[in-house]
Amino acid sequence: MSTSVLFDAPGPRARRRHRLLGVVTLVLALAVLALAVLRLQDRGQLTGAKWEVFVTPAYVQVLLEGLLDTLKAAVGAILLALVFGLVFGVGKLSANRLVRWVSWTVVEFFRAVPLLMLIVFVWTVWSETIGSLWSLIIGLALYNGAVLAEVFRAGIQAVPKGQSEAAMAIGLRPGQTMRIVLLPQGIKIMLPSIVSQFIVALKDTSLGYVILAPGLTYAGKLIWGEFDNRLATGLVLAAIYIVANGLLSLVVTWLQRRLGGKPLEIVPAQMQSQAEAR
Amino acid sequence: MDVLIDNASAILDGFWLTIRLLVVNSVGALVLGTLMASLRLSPVPVMRAVAAVYITVFRNTPLLVLIVITYFGLPELGITPGFFTRISIAMSIYTSTFIAEALRSGVNAVPLGQAEAARSIGMPFTMTLTQVVLPQAVRATVPPMASVLIALTKNTSLAAGFGLAEATYRLKGLVNDYASDRWVIFFGIALGYIVIVEVISFGAARLERRWRVA
Repeated sequence: MSTSVLFDAPGPRARRRHRLLGVVTLVLALAVLALAVLRLQDRGQLTGAKWEVFVTPAYVQVLLEGLLDTLKAAVGAILLALVFGLVFGVGKLSANRLVRWVSWTVVEFFRAVPLLMLIVFVWTVWSETIGSLWSLIIGLALYNGAVLAEVFRAGIQAVPKGQSEAAMAIGLRPGQTMRIVLLPQGIKIMLPSIVSQFIVALKDTSLGYVILAPGLTYAGKLIWGEFDNRLATGLVLAAIYIVANGLLSLVVTWLQRRLGGKPLEIVPAQMQSQAEAR
Repeated sequence: MDVLIDNASAILDGFWLTIRLLVVNSVGALVLGTLMASLRLSPVPVMRAVAAVYITVFRNTPLLVLIVITYFGLPELGITPGFFTRISIAMSIYTSTFIAEALRSGVNAVPLGQAEAARSIGMPFTMTLTQVVLPQAVRATVPPMASVLIALTKNTSLAAGFGLAEATYRLKGLVNDYASDRWVIFFGIALGYIVIVEVISFGAARLERRWRVA
Protein backbone atom coordinates (compact mmCIF):
# COMPACT_ATOMS: atom_id res chain seq x y z
CA MET A 1 0.00 0.00 0.00
CA SER A 2 1.36 3.38 -1.00
CA THR A 3 -0.09 6.77 -0.14
CA SER A 4 2.01 8.88 -2.51
CA VAL A 5 2.06 8.96 -6.30
CA LEU A 6 5.78 9.53 -6.09
CA PHE A 7 6.98 6.53 -4.12
CA ASP A 8 6.44 2.89 -3.40
CA ALA A 9 5.97 1.81 0.17
CA PRO A 10 9.53 1.66 1.55
CA GLY A 11 11.15 -1.68 2.23
CA PRO A 12 13.55 -2.36 5.13
CA ARG A 13 16.60 -0.88 3.38
CA ALA A 14 14.73 2.24 2.25
CA ARG A 15 13.41 2.67 5.77
CA ARG A 16 16.95 2.58 7.15
CA ARG A 17 18.05 5.13 4.55
CA HIS A 18 15.11 7.36 5.42
CA ARG A 19 15.98 7.25 9.09
CA LEU A 20 19.54 8.30 8.28
CA LEU A 21 18.36 11.12 6.00
CA GLY A 22 15.95 12.22 8.70
CA VAL A 23 18.74 12.53 11.24
CA VAL A 24 20.91 14.45 8.75
CA THR A 25 18.09 16.87 7.96
CA LEU A 26 17.36 17.40 11.61
CA VAL A 27 21.02 18.11 12.35
CA LEU A 28 21.23 20.54 9.42
CA ALA A 29 18.07 22.39 10.48
CA LEU A 30 19.28 22.65 14.07
CA ALA A 31 22.69 23.83 12.85
CA VAL A 32 21.08 26.65 10.87
CA LEU A 33 19.05 27.67 13.92
CA ALA A 34 22.10 27.48 16.17
CA LEU A 35 24.12 29.63 13.75
CA ALA A 36 21.36 32.24 13.76
CA VAL A 37 21.21 32.29 17.55
CA LEU A 38 25.02 32.51 17.82
CA ARG A 39 25.05 35.42 15.40
CA LEU A 40 22.34 37.16 17.44
CA GLN A 41 24.39 36.56 20.58
CA ASP A 42 27.59 37.88 18.95
CA ARG A 43 25.92 41.07 17.84
CA GLY A 44 24.44 41.74 21.25
CA GLN A 45 20.87 41.12 20.05
CA LEU A 46 20.00 38.79 22.90
CA THR A 47 20.53 41.32 25.69
CA GLY A 48 17.76 42.22 28.09
CA ALA A 49 17.70 45.80 26.81
CA LYS A 50 16.43 44.62 23.43
CA TRP A 51 13.76 42.25 24.71
CA GLU A 52 12.71 43.55 28.11
CA VAL A 53 10.17 45.87 26.49
CA PHE A 54 8.03 42.94 25.47
CA VAL A 55 7.38 41.92 29.08
CA THR A 56 6.98 45.48 30.38
CA PRO A 57 3.25 45.92 31.03
CA ALA A 58 3.06 49.47 29.63
CA TYR A 59 4.53 48.37 26.30
CA VAL A 60 2.67 45.11 26.17
CA GLN A 61 -0.38 47.32 26.35
CA VAL A 62 0.88 49.38 23.40
CA LEU A 63 1.18 46.14 21.41
CA LEU A 64 -2.23 44.90 22.53
CA GLU A 65 -3.85 48.18 21.56
CA GLY A 66 -2.08 47.89 18.22
CA LEU A 67 -3.44 44.36 17.84
CA LEU A 68 -6.92 45.64 18.67
CA ASP A 69 -6.66 48.36 16.01
CA THR A 70 -5.41 45.78 13.53
CA LEU A 71 -8.35 43.50 14.30
CA LYS A 72 -10.75 46.45 14.01
CA ALA A 73 -9.29 47.36 10.63
CA ALA A 74 -9.48 43.76 9.41
CA VAL A 75 -13.08 43.26 10.63
CA GLY A 76 -14.21 46.63 9.24
CA ALA A 77 -12.53 45.91 5.92
CA ILE A 78 -14.06 42.43 5.62
CA LEU A 79 -17.56 43.69 6.46
CA LEU A 80 -17.34 46.39 3.80
CA ALA A 81 -15.73 43.88 1.43
CA LEU A 82 -18.66 41.47 1.94
CA VAL A 83 -21.09 44.17 0.81
CA PHE A 84 -18.86 45.08 -2.14
CA GLY A 85 -18.37 41.43 -3.03
CA LEU A 86 -22.06 40.60 -2.79
CA VAL A 87 -23.04 43.49 -5.05
CA PHE A 88 -20.47 42.82 -7.75
CA GLY A 89 -20.42 39.04 -7.42
CA VAL A 90 -24.17 38.90 -8.00
CA GLY A 91 -23.70 41.62 -10.62
CA LYS A 92 -21.37 39.35 -12.56
CA LEU A 93 -24.18 36.80 -12.80
CA SER A 94 -26.84 39.34 -13.75
CA ALA A 95 -29.04 38.73 -16.78
CA ASN A 96 -28.36 42.32 -17.87
CA ARG A 97 -25.29 42.54 -20.07
CA LEU A 98 -24.38 46.08 -19.00
CA VAL A 99 -24.51 45.20 -15.29
CA ARG A 100 -22.43 42.11 -15.96
CA TRP A 101 -19.84 44.07 -17.91
CA VAL A 102 -19.55 46.86 -15.32
CA SER A 103 -19.22 44.34 -12.48
CA TRP A 104 -16.57 42.42 -14.39
CA THR A 105 -14.52 45.58 -15.04
CA VAL A 106 -14.71 46.78 -11.44
CA VAL A 107 -13.77 43.38 -10.02
CA GLU A 108 -10.91 42.77 -12.45
CA PHE A 109 -9.55 46.27 -11.90
CA PHE A 110 -9.33 45.98 -8.14
CA ARG A 111 -7.92 42.46 -8.34
CA ALA A 112 -5.14 43.46 -10.72
CA VAL A 113 -3.99 46.61 -8.93
CA PRO A 114 -1.58 46.37 -5.97
CA LEU A 115 -3.32 46.81 -2.64
CA LEU A 116 -0.61 49.12 -1.35
CA MET A 117 -1.15 51.39 -4.34
CA LEU A 118 -4.88 51.63 -3.53
CA ILE A 119 -4.15 52.37 0.10
CA VAL A 120 -1.52 54.99 -0.68
CA PHE A 121 -3.80 56.67 -3.21
CA VAL A 122 -6.83 56.78 -0.90
CA TRP A 123 -4.57 58.11 1.82
CA THR A 124 -2.95 60.90 -0.22
CA VAL A 125 -6.31 62.05 -1.56
CA TRP A 126 -8.63 61.75 1.44
CA SER A 127 -6.51 61.35 4.54
CA GLU A 128 -7.44 64.83 5.85
CA THR A 129 -11.12 63.99 5.93
CA ILE A 130 -11.12 60.30 6.87
CA GLY A 131 -7.79 59.74 8.62
CA SER A 132 -5.22 57.03 8.04
CA LEU A 133 -7.10 54.14 9.66
CA TRP A 134 -10.07 54.58 7.34
CA SER A 135 -7.76 54.99 4.34
CA LEU A 136 -6.38 51.57 5.22
CA ILE A 137 -9.86 50.08 5.74
CA ILE A 138 -11.19 51.44 2.45
CA GLY A 139 -8.17 50.23 0.49
CA LEU A 140 -8.47 46.79 2.07
CA ALA A 141 -12.23 46.70 1.47
CA LEU A 142 -11.86 47.49 -2.24
CA TYR A 143 -9.26 44.79 -2.83
CA ASN A 144 -10.80 42.10 -0.64
CA GLY A 145 -14.24 43.00 -1.96
CA ALA A 146 -13.05 42.25 -5.49
CA VAL A 147 -11.70 38.88 -4.36
CA LEU A 148 -14.89 38.11 -2.44
CA ALA A 149 -16.96 39.02 -5.51
CA GLU A 150 -15.25 36.09 -7.23
CA VAL A 151 -15.93 33.91 -4.18
CA PHE A 152 -19.61 34.86 -4.28
CA ARG A 153 -19.81 34.19 -8.00
CA ALA A 154 -18.10 30.82 -7.71
CA GLY A 155 -20.16 29.93 -4.62
CA ILE A 156 -23.45 30.73 -6.28
CA GLN A 157 -22.48 28.84 -9.40
CA ALA A 158 -21.52 25.85 -7.28
CA VAL A 159 -25.13 25.44 -6.18
CA PRO A 160 -26.60 22.64 -8.33
CA LYS A 161 -28.36 23.97 -11.40
CA GLY A 162 -31.57 22.12 -10.57
CA GLN A 163 -32.09 24.48 -7.64
CA SER A 164 -32.40 27.63 -9.76
CA GLU A 165 -34.39 25.77 -12.40
CA ALA A 166 -36.81 24.54 -9.77
CA ALA A 167 -37.10 28.05 -8.34
CA MET A 168 -37.91 29.46 -11.77
CA ALA A 169 -40.37 26.66 -12.41
CA ILE A 170 -42.44 27.51 -9.35
CA GLY A 171 -42.52 31.12 -10.56
CA LEU A 172 -39.89 32.93 -8.46
CA ARG A 173 -38.39 36.00 -10.09
CA PRO A 174 -34.59 36.04 -10.69
CA GLY A 175 -34.04 38.33 -7.67
CA GLN A 176 -36.10 36.02 -5.45
CA THR A 177 -34.29 32.96 -6.78
CA MET A 178 -31.00 34.55 -5.80
CA ARG A 179 -32.19 35.71 -2.38
CA ILE A 180 -34.29 32.76 -1.26
CA VAL A 181 -32.72 29.78 -3.02
CA LEU A 182 -29.18 30.35 -4.26
CA LEU A 183 -27.54 32.64 -1.69
CA PRO A 184 -28.52 30.69 1.44
CA GLN A 185 -27.09 27.51 -0.07
CA GLY A 186 -24.11 29.27 -1.62
CA ILE A 187 -23.07 30.86 1.70
CA LYS A 188 -22.41 27.41 3.10
CA ILE A 189 -19.99 26.71 0.26
CA MET A 190 -18.38 30.15 0.54
CA LEU A 191 -17.84 30.33 4.28
CA PRO A 192 -14.37 28.71 4.42
CA SER A 193 -13.18 30.94 1.57
CA ILE A 194 -14.55 34.02 3.32
CA VAL A 195 -12.68 33.20 6.53
CA SER A 196 -9.51 32.51 4.49
CA GLN A 197 -9.92 35.93 2.96
CA PHE A 198 -10.18 37.37 6.46
CA ILE A 199 -6.75 35.90 7.19
CA VAL A 200 -5.40 37.59 4.06
CA ALA A 201 -6.96 40.88 5.16
CA LEU A 202 -5.50 40.50 8.64
CA LYS A 203 -2.02 40.02 7.16
CA ASP A 204 -2.53 42.96 4.84
CA THR A 205 -3.44 45.33 7.68
CA SER A 206 0.33 45.40 8.24
CA LEU A 207 0.48 47.69 5.18
CA GLY A 208 -0.88 50.42 7.45
CA TYR A 209 2.78 50.85 8.40
CA VAL A 210 3.41 52.73 5.15
CA ILE A 211 0.69 55.33 5.80
CA LEU A 212 1.21 55.36 9.59
CA ALA A 213 -2.22 53.93 10.33
CA PRO A 214 -2.66 52.69 13.91
CA GLY A 215 -2.14 48.93 14.21
CA LEU A 216 0.40 46.28 15.15
CA THR A 217 3.14 47.38 12.76
CA TYR A 218 2.76 51.00 13.81
CA ALA A 219 2.94 50.00 17.48
CA GLY A 220 6.11 48.12 16.57
CA LYS A 221 7.52 51.22 14.95
CA LEU A 222 6.84 53.24 18.11
CA ILE A 223 8.63 50.63 20.20
CA TRP A 224 11.73 50.31 18.04
CA GLY A 225 11.88 54.09 17.77
CA GLU A 226 12.33 54.20 21.51
CA PHE A 227 14.46 51.13 22.17
CA ASP A 228 16.38 50.75 18.91
CA ASN A 229 15.49 47.05 18.68
CA ARG A 230 14.13 46.68 15.16
CA LEU A 231 15.09 43.03 14.75
CA ALA A 232 13.60 41.98 18.09
CA THR A 233 10.41 43.93 17.40
CA GLY A 234 10.12 42.47 13.92
CA LEU A 235 10.42 38.93 15.31
CA VAL A 236 7.79 39.64 17.99
CA LEU A 237 5.39 41.10 15.41
CA ALA A 238 5.91 38.05 13.21
CA ALA A 239 5.17 35.75 16.17
CA ILE A 240 1.93 37.59 16.96
CA TYR A 241 0.75 37.37 13.36
CA ILE A 242 1.70 33.69 13.09
CA VAL A 243 -0.32 32.81 16.20
CA ALA A 244 -3.34 34.88 15.13
CA ASN A 245 -3.34 33.43 11.60
CA GLY A 246 -2.76 29.93 12.90
CA LEU A 247 -5.84 30.17 15.10
CA LEU A 248 -7.91 31.45 12.18
CA SER A 249 -6.60 28.67 9.92
CA LEU A 250 -7.90 26.18 12.47
CA VAL A 251 -11.31 27.83 12.14
CA VAL A 252 -11.13 27.38 8.36
CA THR A 253 -10.30 23.67 8.64
CA TRP A 254 -13.04 23.21 11.20
CA LEU A 255 -15.57 24.98 8.95
CA GLN A 256 -14.51 22.90 5.98
CA ARG A 257 -14.89 19.68 7.88
CA ARG A 258 -18.19 20.80 9.36
CA LEU A 259 -19.73 22.07 6.14
CA GLY A 260 -18.05 19.52 3.90
CA GLY A 261 -16.71 20.30 0.47
CA LYS A 262 -13.42 21.76 -0.64
CA PRO A 263 -12.20 25.34 -1.01
CA LEU A 264 -13.45 27.26 -4.03
CA GLU A 265 -10.96 27.60 -6.81
CA ILE A 266 -10.33 31.15 -7.90
CA VAL A 267 -8.26 31.28 -11.08
CA PRO A 268 -6.95 34.29 -13.03
CA ALA A 269 -9.47 35.81 -15.43
CA GLN A 270 -7.80 34.56 -18.60
CA MET A 271 -8.15 30.97 -17.55
CA GLN A 272 -11.71 31.17 -16.32
CA SER A 273 -13.37 30.16 -19.53
CA GLN A 274 -11.22 27.08 -19.70
CA ALA A 275 -11.65 26.24 -16.04
CA GLU A 276 -15.39 26.38 -16.55
CA ALA A 277 -15.21 24.36 -19.72
CA ARG A 278 -13.39 21.59 -17.96
CA MET B 1 -2.81 62.84 -20.06
CA ASP B 2 0.02 65.36 -20.22
CA VAL B 3 1.19 64.48 -16.73
CA LEU B 4 1.84 60.93 -17.81
CA ILE B 5 3.74 61.98 -20.92
CA ASP B 6 5.74 64.66 -19.09
CA ASN B 7 6.74 62.17 -16.43
CA ALA B 8 7.04 59.17 -18.71
CA SER B 9 10.69 58.59 -17.89
CA ALA B 10 10.09 58.61 -14.11
CA ILE B 11 7.13 56.26 -14.46
CA LEU B 12 8.94 53.91 -16.81
CA ASP B 13 11.96 53.88 -14.51
CA GLY B 14 9.57 52.94 -11.73
CA PHE B 15 8.11 50.06 -13.72
CA TRP B 16 11.56 48.92 -14.77
CA LEU B 17 12.41 48.53 -11.09
CA THR B 18 9.08 46.76 -10.51
CA ILE B 19 9.92 44.32 -13.29
CA ARG B 20 13.42 43.75 -11.94
CA LEU B 21 11.98 43.00 -8.51
CA LEU B 22 9.47 40.67 -10.15
CA VAL B 23 12.08 38.74 -12.13
CA VAL B 24 14.68 38.47 -9.36
CA ASN B 25 12.11 37.35 -6.82
CA SER B 26 10.39 34.93 -9.21
CA VAL B 27 13.71 33.16 -9.69
CA GLY B 28 14.60 33.28 -5.99
CA ALA B 29 11.15 32.05 -4.98
CA LEU B 30 11.18 29.30 -7.60
CA VAL B 31 14.50 27.94 -6.39
CA LEU B 32 13.56 28.08 -2.70
CA GLY B 33 10.01 26.94 -3.40
CA THR B 34 11.11 23.93 -5.43
CA LEU B 35 13.52 22.93 -2.70
CA MET B 36 10.79 23.20 -0.07
CA ALA B 37 8.26 21.38 -2.24
CA SER B 38 10.65 18.47 -2.72
CA LEU B 39 11.23 18.32 1.03
CA ARG B 40 7.47 18.54 1.59
CA LEU B 41 6.86 15.63 -0.77
CA SER B 42 9.78 13.51 0.36
CA PRO B 43 9.28 10.05 1.88
CA VAL B 44 11.34 11.08 4.93
CA PRO B 45 9.04 12.31 7.74
CA VAL B 46 11.64 14.71 9.20
CA MET B 47 12.11 16.44 5.84
CA ARG B 48 8.36 16.85 5.49
CA ALA B 49 8.18 18.34 8.98
CA VAL B 50 10.99 20.83 8.33
CA ALA B 51 9.31 22.03 5.13
CA ALA B 52 5.93 22.24 6.86
CA VAL B 53 7.37 24.45 9.59
CA TYR B 54 9.10 26.68 7.03
CA ILE B 55 5.90 27.06 5.02
CA THR B 56 3.64 27.72 8.01
CA VAL B 57 5.99 30.25 9.57
CA PHE B 58 6.78 32.33 6.50
CA ARG B 59 3.35 32.10 4.96
CA ASN B 60 1.61 33.41 8.06
CA THR B 61 4.00 36.30 8.59
CA PRO B 62 2.92 39.38 6.64
CA LEU B 63 5.39 40.22 3.89
CA LEU B 64 5.75 43.70 5.35
CA VAL B 65 6.92 42.30 8.69
CA LEU B 66 9.36 39.97 6.90
CA ILE B 67 10.77 42.97 5.05
CA VAL B 68 11.07 44.87 8.35
CA ILE B 69 13.09 41.93 9.70
CA THR B 70 15.48 41.69 6.75
CA TYR B 71 15.62 45.40 5.98
CA PHE B 72 16.36 46.61 9.51
CA GLY B 73 17.42 43.34 11.09
CA LEU B 74 20.22 42.16 8.79
CA PRO B 75 22.30 45.34 9.30
CA GLU B 76 21.92 44.86 13.05
CA LEU B 77 23.53 41.46 12.54
CA GLY B 78 26.37 43.06 10.61
CA ILE B 79 25.09 41.82 7.23
CA THR B 80 24.72 44.86 5.00
CA PRO B 81 23.70 44.23 1.40
CA GLY B 82 21.85 47.00 -0.46
CA PHE B 83 18.14 47.91 -0.17
CA PHE B 84 17.22 45.86 -3.21
CA THR B 85 18.85 42.69 -1.90
CA ARG B 86 17.52 43.05 1.62
CA ILE B 87 13.97 43.53 0.37
CA SER B 88 14.34 40.71 -2.15
CA ILE B 89 15.44 38.22 0.49
CA ALA B 90 12.17 38.73 2.37
CA MET B 91 10.09 38.76 -0.82
CA SER B 92 11.66 35.56 -2.20
CA ILE B 93 11.21 33.68 1.07
CA TYR B 94 7.59 34.81 1.39
CA THR B 95 6.75 33.93 -2.22
CA SER B 96 8.56 30.59 -2.05
CA THR B 97 5.99 29.28 0.43
CA PHE B 98 3.23 29.84 -2.11
CA ILE B 99 5.31 28.29 -4.90
CA ALA B 100 5.93 25.24 -2.72
CA GLU B 101 2.22 24.85 -2.08
CA ALA B 102 1.43 25.29 -5.79
CA LEU B 103 3.93 22.58 -6.73
CA ARG B 104 2.66 20.27 -4.04
CA SER B 105 -0.95 20.69 -5.14
CA GLY B 106 0.20 19.94 -8.69
CA VAL B 107 1.77 16.63 -7.70
CA ASN B 108 -1.18 15.75 -5.51
CA ALA B 109 -3.51 16.38 -8.45
CA VAL B 110 -2.05 13.35 -10.24
CA PRO B 111 -4.28 10.36 -9.46
CA LEU B 112 -2.61 7.58 -7.50
CA GLY B 113 -3.70 5.08 -10.15
CA GLN B 114 -1.32 6.67 -12.68
CA ALA B 115 1.75 5.76 -10.66
CA GLU B 116 0.35 2.37 -9.79
CA ALA B 117 -0.35 1.64 -13.45
CA ALA B 118 3.17 2.74 -14.39
CA ARG B 119 4.68 0.42 -11.78
CA SER B 120 2.47 -2.47 -12.70
CA ILE B 121 3.67 -2.40 -16.31
CA GLY B 122 7.20 -2.60 -14.92
CA MET B 123 8.42 1.00 -15.18
CA PRO B 124 11.30 1.69 -12.80
CA PHE B 125 11.11 4.56 -10.31
CA THR B 126 12.83 7.27 -12.40
CA MET B 127 10.78 6.43 -15.45
CA THR B 128 7.53 6.52 -13.47
CA LEU B 129 8.51 9.93 -12.18
CA THR B 130 9.77 11.51 -15.41
CA GLN B 131 7.40 9.89 -17.89
CA VAL B 132 4.16 9.65 -15.97
CA VAL B 133 3.90 11.68 -12.79
CA LEU B 134 5.85 14.90 -13.39
CA PRO B 135 4.50 15.73 -16.86
CA GLN B 136 0.96 15.63 -15.47
CA ALA B 137 1.93 17.46 -12.29
CA VAL B 138 3.57 20.33 -14.20
CA ARG B 139 0.42 20.86 -16.22
CA ALA B 140 -1.72 21.01 -13.10
CA THR B 141 0.69 23.55 -11.62
CA VAL B 142 0.25 26.23 -14.28
CA PRO B 143 -2.86 28.05 -12.95
CA PRO B 144 -1.77 28.23 -9.28
CA MET B 145 1.73 29.25 -10.38
CA ALA B 146 0.29 32.09 -12.45
CA SER B 147 -1.70 33.24 -9.41
CA VAL B 148 1.48 33.26 -7.33
CA LEU B 149 3.37 35.34 -9.90
CA ILE B 150 0.48 37.80 -10.18
CA ALA B 151 0.40 38.16 -6.40
CA LEU B 152 4.17 38.73 -6.47
CA THR B 153 3.77 41.47 -9.08
CA LYS B 154 1.43 43.28 -6.75
CA ASN B 155 3.58 42.58 -3.70
CA THR B 156 6.61 44.27 -5.28
CA SER B 157 4.79 47.51 -4.46
CA LEU B 158 5.75 46.98 -0.81
CA ALA B 159 9.28 48.02 -1.70
CA ALA B 160 7.86 51.56 -1.98
CA GLY B 161 7.54 51.65 1.80
CA PHE B 162 11.28 51.01 2.10
CA GLY B 163 12.67 53.66 -0.19
CA LEU B 164 12.87 51.78 -3.51
CA ALA B 165 11.53 54.08 -6.24
CA GLU B 166 9.38 51.53 -8.08
CA ALA B 167 5.99 52.24 -9.65
CA THR B 168 3.93 52.73 -6.47
CA TYR B 169 6.61 55.00 -5.04
CA ARG B 170 6.40 57.10 -8.21
CA LEU B 171 2.62 57.25 -7.85
CA LYS B 172 2.96 58.68 -4.37
CA GLY B 173 5.40 61.36 -5.52
CA LEU B 174 3.43 62.33 -8.62
CA VAL B 175 0.08 62.51 -6.80
CA ASN B 176 1.66 64.94 -4.35
CA ASP B 177 3.23 67.05 -7.10
CA TYR B 178 0.27 67.15 -9.49
CA ALA B 179 -2.75 67.19 -7.19
CA SER B 180 -5.21 68.19 -9.94
CA ASP B 181 -4.25 65.31 -12.20
CA ARG B 182 -4.23 62.60 -9.56
CA TRP B 183 -6.90 60.43 -11.16
CA VAL B 184 -5.02 60.39 -14.44
CA ILE B 185 -1.87 59.38 -12.59
CA PHE B 186 -3.75 56.72 -10.62
CA PHE B 187 -5.28 55.09 -13.68
CA GLY B 188 -2.07 55.46 -15.68
CA ILE B 189 0.02 53.60 -13.13
CA ALA B 190 -2.79 51.10 -12.49
CA LEU B 191 -2.75 50.39 -16.22
CA GLY B 192 0.95 49.59 -16.04
CA TYR B 193 0.33 46.96 -13.36
CA ILE B 194 -2.66 45.59 -15.26
CA VAL B 195 -0.49 45.12 -18.34
CA ILE B 196 2.06 43.08 -16.36
CA VAL B 197 -0.67 40.98 -14.75
CA GLU B 198 -2.38 40.37 -18.09
CA VAL B 199 0.90 39.31 -19.71
CA ILE B 200 1.40 36.71 -16.97
CA SER B 201 -2.13 35.35 -17.14
CA PHE B 202 -2.08 35.37 -20.94
CA GLY B 203 1.21 33.46 -20.94
CA ALA B 204 -0.20 30.96 -18.46
CA ALA B 205 -3.35 30.48 -20.53
CA ARG B 206 -1.21 29.86 -23.62
CA LEU B 207 0.94 27.33 -21.78
CA GLU B 208 -2.11 25.57 -20.45
CA ARG B 209 -3.64 25.29 -23.90
CA ARG B 210 -0.37 24.18 -25.45
CA TRP B 211 0.31 21.50 -22.88
CA ARG B 212 -3.22 20.21 -22.81
CA VAL B 213 -3.51 16.54 -23.60
CA ALA B 214 -6.04 16.11 -26.37
